[in-house]
Amino acid sequence: MKSWLTTTDHKRIGLLYFWTAFGFFLIGGIEALVIRAQLAQPNGHLVSAETYNQLFTMHGTTMVFLALMPLSASFFNYIIPLQIGARDVAFPRLNAFSYWVFLCGGLFLNASWVTGPLFHAGILNVAPDAGWFGYANLTERQFSPGPNIDFWLLGLQILGISSLAAGFNFIVTILNLRAPGMKMMRLPTFTWMALITQFLIITAFPVITVALVFLMFDRFFGTHFYVHEAGATPLLWQHLFWLFGHPEVYILILPAMGIVSEVLPTFSRKPLFGYPVVVYSGILIGFMGWGVWSHHMFAVGLGPIADSVFAATTMLIAVPTGVKIFNWIATLWGGAIRGTTALHFAVGFIAMFIIGGLSGVTHASPPADLQQTDTYYVVAHIHYVLFGGTIMGLFAGIYYWWPKMTGRLLSEALGKWHFWLQFVGMNLAFFPMHFIGLLGMPRRIYTYGPELGVSDLNLVSTVGAFLIGLAILVFLFNMWWTSRRGRPASNDPWGGATLEWSIPSPPPVYNFSVIPTVAGRLPRWRTERHEPIQDPPAVPPAPIHVPGGSWWPLVAALGLPVMALAALTQTMWVVFVGVALLLFGIYRWAFEPFEV
Amino acid sequence: MLRYRWWLTSVALWLLGCGGPYPQSTFAPRSDFARASDVLFRDIFWWAVVVFIVLETLLLFAIIRFRHREGRAEPKPTHGHTILEIAWTLAPAVILVFVAVPTVRTIFTTAGDVPPDALKVEVVGHQWWWEYKYPDLGITTANEMHVPVGKSVQVAITSADVIHSFWAPVLGGKRDAIPGRVNYIAFRADSTGDYSGQCAEFCGASHGNMRLRVLVDRDSAFQAWVDDEKAAPALPPKASLAEQGKTVYSRSACIGCHTIQGVSPGIIGPNLTHVGSRTTIAAGLFPNDSAHLARWIADAPSLKPGALMTRMQPPLTDADIAALVAYLQSLK
Repeated sequence: MKSWLTTTDHKRIGLLYFWTAFGFFLIGGIEALVIRAQLAQPNGHLVSAETYNQLFTMHGTTMVFLALMPLSASFFNYIIPLQIGARDVAFPRLNAFSYWVFLCGGLFLNASWVTGPLFHAGILNVAPDAGWFGYANLTERQFSPGPNIDFWLLGLQILGISSLAAGFNFIVTILNLRAPGMKMMRLPTFTWMALITQFLIITAFPVITVALVFLMFDRFFGTHFYVHEAGATPLLWQHLFWLFGHPEVYILILPAMGIVSEVLPTFSRKPLFGYPVVVYSGILIGFMGWGVWSHHMFAVGLGPIADSVFAATTMLIAVPTGVKIFNWIATLWGGAIRGTTALHFAVGFIAMFIIGGLSGVTHASPPADLQQTDTYYVVAHIHYVLFGGTIMGLFAGIYYWWPKMTGRLLSEALGKWHFWLQFVGMNLAFFPMHFIGLLGMPRRIYTYGPELGVSDLNLVSTVGAFLIGLAILVFLFNMWWTSRRGRPASNDPWGGATLEWSIPSPPPVYNFSVIPTVAGRLPRWRTERHEPIQDPPAVPPAPIHVPGGSWWPLVAALGLPVMALAALTQTMWVVFVGVALLLFGIYRWAFEPFEV
Repeated sequence: MLRYRWWLTSVALWLLGCGGPYPQSTFAPRSDFARASDVLFRDIFWWAVVVFIVLETLLLFAIIRFRHREGRAEPKPTHGHTILEIAWTLAPAVILVFVAVPTVRTIFTTAGDVPPDALKVEVVGHQWWWEYKYPDLGITTANEMHVPVGKSVQVAITSADVIHSFWAPVLGGKRDAIPGRVNYIAFRADSTGDYSGQCAEFCGASHGNMRLRVLVDRDSAFQAWVDDEKAAPALPPKASLAEQGKTVYSRSACIGCHTIQGVSPGIIGPNLTHVGSRTTIAAGLFPNDSAHLARWIADAPSLKPGALMTRMQPPLTDADIAALVAYLQSLK
């Protein structure tokens, strides 16, 4: 127990990220199922309007910030140091701090479900309820007087600190801790996509932080950043939010693209087709992601010039995305494809992401988008991208790296059941939403009338959602069953090309008994240019110093929710407790003897 | 994926053609604005179908054709192909040009410009109902907009509180109602009818209950409606139930929020001067009949969560409510 609380080992932190994020993924999924149950038939009254609004807000917030991002982070933590041949990340204690801050932020947000009585309200009454996008001025104290929005904005501030700390940590790790010979253009594609993601995180999160600070000042100190009566405009929020929000979409999808770019070559026994093009198009997507934010705002009335420019930049981003898809298909082409579960999910990713990408092009066109935006058509689109894309990709990564992370193989038979249930389920759940939206049902409405004519389609969608739930149950069973009966994994159960497969599963605490010297992009494969490298010896030839644990990242992290609690309850002295905790933690951390 | 293609082609073809039972279908445009969006969408849709079929076919072919079989030689380690890379960079770019050109053209043709004689309607979004003003005609009404068929209409959209979005799908795309800002859409309806729509931007508890109707009338019917709206409200006959209702109205909290011309000047809630002539109440949620009116007056928040019209304290008696209903229904 103590060793987990004080751990600075990137592998343990990776596992902590995984289990925490997976827990939040289940919570977000249950929220989704309640939403679908409410919408299964017209005039549903399973939950009230107020509860429904909290459910969809928390579903979105949870999935984006507490499930998908940290599931990617779990792989960053576990896999990147192994792929680049490092002993740990550059700043192991900062890494622990990132995790604890993430856990605190997630618990703080979700505490809103049950802490209603502290605010003289019922349970299920004070969770955030203005959408994951939290448009001003609905979020102003005037229109949202309760603590709901406070939970949201304070929780997101905490989570932002976690993401930023991790972002800097991984940039330094990837740039500085590469094994000898691992030039940038020899980096595994997953690590490359992770690197781009980290740059997006450290540039996009400050933007949402500023937006949230403005909102916090408006709500707590009576400023008027988003109040038009005082000469400002609520549109400022939308610009700031989407300036963050669109890069955020790429923060969510790029790691999954990286995973797929690892899984496809391994199981088709062919190098990634066009590696440099895949890398450059990833970088290009990262850059172009900054120039498209107003396509979320075509209905806002920015005028024909702005609409045309943002339509053009948005369409342009389809080019590097399309290039990636062609390269993935070309990777499979001519291969000797092993149909493992990981490969199923990776191919599922491509198949579904194509649909999400194409519906994206239809709302890159403003006059068409005016009929689509804020309807279920867009709900369909984002779920094809984030569920069909990111979650399929993440599951590909889970099945691929699970043996490395746990030392046991997941059951392939159960894995196939999981895949097909999820694949059929998601298409049943999300494909009808295209029609539901185009037939005129807006999103974020807690009920709809039978006269809209979309009742049957909604029922199909609900059935699909519960099929996805069943798929996840199969996966849970798979994890539980194989943790007891699973086949032990060898160093390299798949025949992978990258360094993580050269060491035991799970790896020893020092990772590599001898840091390898890399001569090519696929160090463990024979290519025309080089022979496969030798795996490091099982026993280290010389003693390896491994840094011990530290309490101080945890102590420092605990200061942040205490400060947020102070704001929430409007009690000044609690602020000082939080600040003291944070400073004390950082002080002891700074002067702790700790050698990497 | 096979199931998919079946969906895409057959269901899409079926849906694209018909709009009968779907009152908010974007596939059944009834104005120039909605038609422009629809034409553009179909253009892009068919491009998307072509790309979808090409990509998914390649993918399916690859995973079936290149399955690993015992005894087959290990694949050649190809790293890339420059000409192919250039080709599949250019191909989507060329397709996007075919999408971008009509897009930009349509953006400018649907920018909200109208001839000078267009009918002007101002829309003000409120939590959770719509206020409509006709500045040139001196009319204020709520939730049901009347416009003449075949004539250009310019809608100026703003909000009194939070951000809403005005959307009547068969007449055109949505525009956000933003406090402190006026947005415009313009359309010319091409057939008469009673078209429904609703708020499309999340705006709080009853966002789902913020519906609306646009009634496209023949010229003569529209003129008759205008004349009715401009007339002073009907005076209830002496000693009728409706007259009692007027007394109840005048001494209750109603007058603080609602306008009835010559009776009360409230501006927080919908203008009730001619409420009896509307077909629905509560922003399109319920038919405008005695039963629903009575329930609405007695306890609006139970029908529309968060509604600002709270239960009256002390509560109105059933007799008072019956009288009020009679009075409101008399306001044709």
